[in-house]
Amino acid sequence: MTSTGILFMAVSVGSVTCLFVWCLWKVLSGKKNPDHLGHVEPIEREDLTRR
Amino acid sequence: MSQPKEAWGSKLGVIMAVAGSAVGLGNFLRFPGLVADKETGGGAFLIAYFISLLVVGLPICWAEWTLGRFGGSQGFNSSPGIFHSILRKPWGKYVGLLGFIVPVGVYFYYVVIESWCLGYAWHSFSGNLDLKGAPAFGDFFSTFTGQSEDGAVFSFGSAFWFFAVVFILNFIIIYRGLSKGIEFICNWGMPLLIVIALVLLVRVMTLGTPDPSKPDLSIWNGLGYMWNPTDIAKGLSNPEVWLKAASQIFFTLSVGFGVIITYASYLKPKDDVALSGLTATAANEFCEVALGGLITVPAAFAFLGASAVAGGTFALGFNVLPQVFAGMPGGHIFGGLFFTLLFIAAITSSLSMLQPGIAFLEEGLGLDRRRSVALLGLITAAGCLLVVWFSRDLKALSTVDFWIGDIGIFLQGTLLIYVFNLGFGTERGWQHLHHGADIQVPGIFRHVLRWVSPIFLTVIFSMFVLRNVAGWNLSFTDAAFMPTDQILDLVGSEAHPANRVARLTALFLFVFAAFSCLLIHLAGRRWSRQSR
Repeated sequence: MTSTGILFMAVSVGSVTCLFVWCLWKVLSGKKNPDHLGHVEPIEREDLTRR
Repeated sequence: MSQPKEAWGSKLGVIMAVAGSAVGLGNFLRFPGLVADKETGGGAFLIAYFISLLVVGLPICWAEWTLGRFGGSQGFNSSPGIFHSILRKPWGKYVGLLGFIVPVGVYFYYVVIESWCLGYAWHSFSGNLDLKGAPAFGDFFSTFTGQSEDGAVFSFGSAFWFFAVVFILNFIIIYRGLSKGIEFICNWGMPLLIVIALVLLVRVMTLGTPDPSKPDLSIWNGLGYMWNPTDIAKGLSNPEVWLKAASQIFFTLSVGFGVIITYASYLKPKDDVALSGLTATAANEFCEVALGGLITVPAAFAFLGASAVAGGTFALGFNVLPQVFAGMPGGHIFGGLFFTLLFIAAITSSLSMLQPGIAFLEEGLGLDRRRSVALLGLITAAGCLLVVWFSRDLKALSTVDFWIGDIGIFLQGTLLIYVFNLGFGTERGWQHLHHGADIQVPGIFRHVLRWVSPIFLTVIFSMFVLRNVAGWNLSFTDAAFMPTDQILDLVGSEAHPANRVARLTALFLFVFAAFSCLLIHLAGRRWSRQSR
């Protein structure tokens, strides 16, 4: 395996692993905001008139 | 008939479900083969792959999550319903036609491949794959999948029963509903899949040089075979590299499949979609690049050499790798684990193919869960039996795969990005994407969504059709066109007579598409009566 091969592998595997771990950490440590769950609120006025 | 609206049990649950839908056989079999391809793989492929991820995969993923959640807030969960609510035109619901046809159509053959995985796991654990010599493994695969003659699966011991078990299992799970069925399976299945993959990764990385008399065949050289870049500048100037990379990104993320838009429609209006979409994408990329990229090809190279790697997805998975596992200590266990991993990856994907159909039948025809599951069961049973019966050379399977699994997905994805920009509005979509978001998406993606993704996808889709339908040689200077096998199978030529099974399968797909149009027409009348 050449040094550029190692570089390609390390950057590819490392970047997707770091991204996945960071995303999981953000999801698991994210704010718990149960009051908005089940609370249906129109995002914009136009949507309100359509419903 | 009023039914309680289904919803996800947790934020992690919907992420697991979307990731489970995306992670499939392609992550562990197709991607490594593409990277290892000496003509169009290597460093150039990886660069094109990651660029495609940023300009097509991730943006369309966010667009689909956003449109899905919006559709859910309007009371729709299926693609026809969601496009109807966005476009507000009599023809709007038909734009979502492929969001019903594609997942159901892909299910016709995907569940068959899924049953192969379960069958191979069973035969690995029970020692039935202790065969001698490469031809024996090829014969086993050919016999197990009934490639010798049509209907052969029904006469070969267990193969049909594996299919029947897997087919019924899918419908039992889907009948349990979104949270108790799909989410439950994915919450357990995805972590289990990653644990199994990590066990296999450790096993493969510690194989060293399996045969000391062949020192060149080592894991280290296998990694080199997979990851050493070839001429990057030459590769990046090759349109085929871009076509393969963008196609892989498109298929692996399940964008344009009709699944993400349906899954996202069960979110609450203020639930996050930005971080959830990114996390599901990252989970898929982790499984594809970090796990799939390190397990299959290096192991196959270390045991069998470079020639074994270049045989395509099915050959690598069901012919080459069983030989690899048969040659390693504890091969029963590791082979069984590998095919269990493939089965988990497959079932979390096949379940996601059923939910868009269920959602449409429920909201379009007003059926309850039991009736919608029964009707979808009948439709898919017809399609699956066609694929199972006409097994010779896997002709029916490859025909459905091409017209639905390739062309259909590309077309639906292209439509989706245009609906997001032109029907929904880029600025409005960007605003909706950030509504309740747990992360701020970098502003550059607004321009990528508006300009780069549609243009890039249109070019790639056009190239795909020209390449695979018209048979373009992908040369701009010396262009030549020769109809591909998929076309010749239907129209025939002197050198390539039309194939009866391919024609019958195409006719079945046409009837299925026409039936789907009729259902959407009926759904539209129902929605009109309800003033929706």
